[in-house]
Amino acid sequence: MLIYELSLATVVCINIILAVGLNLISGFCGQISLGHAAFYGIGAYTTALMAKAGLPGPINLVAAMLLTGAVGTIVGLTSLRVREDFLAITTMGVGFLFLGIVRQQERFLGGELGISSIPSLGLDKVTFFMLVLVLAGLATAFGFYLKKTWMGFAFQAVADDEDTARVLSVDVSAYKLAAFALGTSLAGLAGGLYCYFARFIVPDDFGFITSISVLSMVAVGGIGSVFGVVFGTALLTLMPEFFRFISDYKLLVYGALLFAVMRFAPEGLAGLIHRFFQKPKGSPGDAV
Amino acid sequence: MLYVELLIQGLIYGCMYAMIAVGLTLVYGLLRILHVAHAGLFALGGYLGLLITNATGSLLLAMPLAAALVGVLGMVIYRLCYQPILERPPYVALIASIGLFIAMEELFRLIFGPYGLTYNNPPLQSLIQFYGITLRAVDLAIVAGSVILLGGLAWLSQNTRLGIAWRATVDDPQMAESFGISVIKVRYLNFFIGSALAGMAGIFISLLSNLVEPTMGGVPSYKCLAIIVLGGLGNVTGTLIASLVLGVIEAFGTIYIGDYLDRDAIAFAFLILVLMVRPQGLFARG
Repeated sequence: MLIYELSLATVVCINIILAVGLNLISGFCGQISLGHAAFYGIGAYTTALMAKAGLPGPINLVAAMLLTGAVGTIVGLTSLRVREDFLAITTMGVGFLFLGIVRQQERFLGGELGISSIPSLGLDKVTFFMLVLVLAGLATAFGFYLKKTWMGFAFQAVADDEDTARVLSVDVSAYKLAAFALGTSLAGLAGGLYCYFARFIVPDDFGFITSISVLSMVAVGGIGSVFGVVFGTALLTLMPEFFRFISDYKLLVYGALLFAVMRFAPEGLAGLIHRFFQKPKGSPGDAV
Repeated sequence: MLYVELLIQGLIYGCMYAMIAVGLTLVYGLLRILHVAHAGLFALGGYLGLLITNATGSLLLAMPLAAALVGVLGMVIYRLCYQPILERPPYVALIASIGLFIAMEELFRLIFGPYGLTYNNPPLQSLIQFYGITLRAVDLAIVAGSVILLGGLAWLSQNTRLGIAWRATVDDPQMAESFGISVIKVRYLNFFIGSALAGMAGIFISLLSNLVEPTMGGVPSYKCLAIIVLGGLGNVTGTLIASLVLGVIEAFGTIYIGDYLDRDAIAFAFLILVLMVRPQGLFARG
């Protein structure tokens, strides 16, 4: 495989881990987060600092996951205090806070210039891709598995109606925190992998735009659907490449598409496909 | 003297924020939509104001004309983009709005070029000395303009039939409808006024920096979301106070804690702090 295609495929897999993580929080558990890139960034910066200190790769990745998960749980605490739109704006604020801190820390975190010449994982490009592919596969499988477990049902209940779930003695707070912990540690892992992939990170890699793109991948694919999210991620990551012949209009098409999907198929592509296959069987009323 | 100057700087930015945020909070109060594309209308206001001023040489003509055009576009956006998805979960409108905002920014870049435009001869740049503080005429114009416009809005909403219908609809759409108020008309009015105000704010900011550029909507797009949350989502008075408070906090914050946090981070640190203590925002919806 050509180097270019290979790195593109690696980016797709990293984004899948990122998006599956956000889908746990926003899709399964219904807590819209506009600050997912901050956790991606925390994972990347943790890995970068540890790798520069000479620690071995696997330890760094695990540490990035754990630390990001811990920070994610703390941020998740806000979801116990504020809901829905308030939560979306709070998580957006967390994203800007992270960015603001990193930008001003020139001594430890490199400020605007970021961290460069990060040691590699010692794998060649093909093996590294295989590693990322396997991890993305595991994350996806975890998503599918989680949906079938008791925890997955509890998440669904919280997403559908928090108050009713509480009446049914579902421990809403604990499940929200669990969703944040799991989802953000996946973001941490993705961040660590990105750090080893790019070996050069700057604050702007983890800004508001990144948070929005990840949320778009989830929403375009079909929020809550694991398969849809994987598909949506691959589509939105590769789309700018399809449109390279109109490179100047790339972002315009991207924005318009985002808008069009939400306007005409709010359940995302997964919902669209579902609707397509469901229609002949009966009216929309007799579902399940 | 530094304190006074910082306070004035903060209040000028606060007035700016207020004019944009009021439209946003009106939309939220009525429809529960976080209208990110509002910042695109703000940028459009800046562009139209500058283009009309450069073409005709009259700022006084440009202001109402640009604001009216932006207001009409706001109504079009409501009709084409939001009305069909009002019944959907809130994130649908939010992401649609973000997509629309990205597309708008790109359109500005493609049509007007990436480097921005400037006034041929920038109006309101004369300096005014006031007890040892130097102000530009445009600073005063911003404060005066926002006070007049927002004050006028407050007066209209208290003293006209239209304003009363509007407040009734925000309070309880169903009840208002049963009293014969056309909810749809109120929504259009809402989008027109909110967008026109954002357009005016765009003109003012373009005068302040003598520049309009495609990305000028970026900062207000998210900062005004923070402001309306601080003000207690949908509460107009709260939003006004939150705008001024945030403007002042940013002005002082960049001087005193600017080494640890940048301007945006200060605003959001304040937001998170407030929300953890008062989850309903500084001022709950009254």
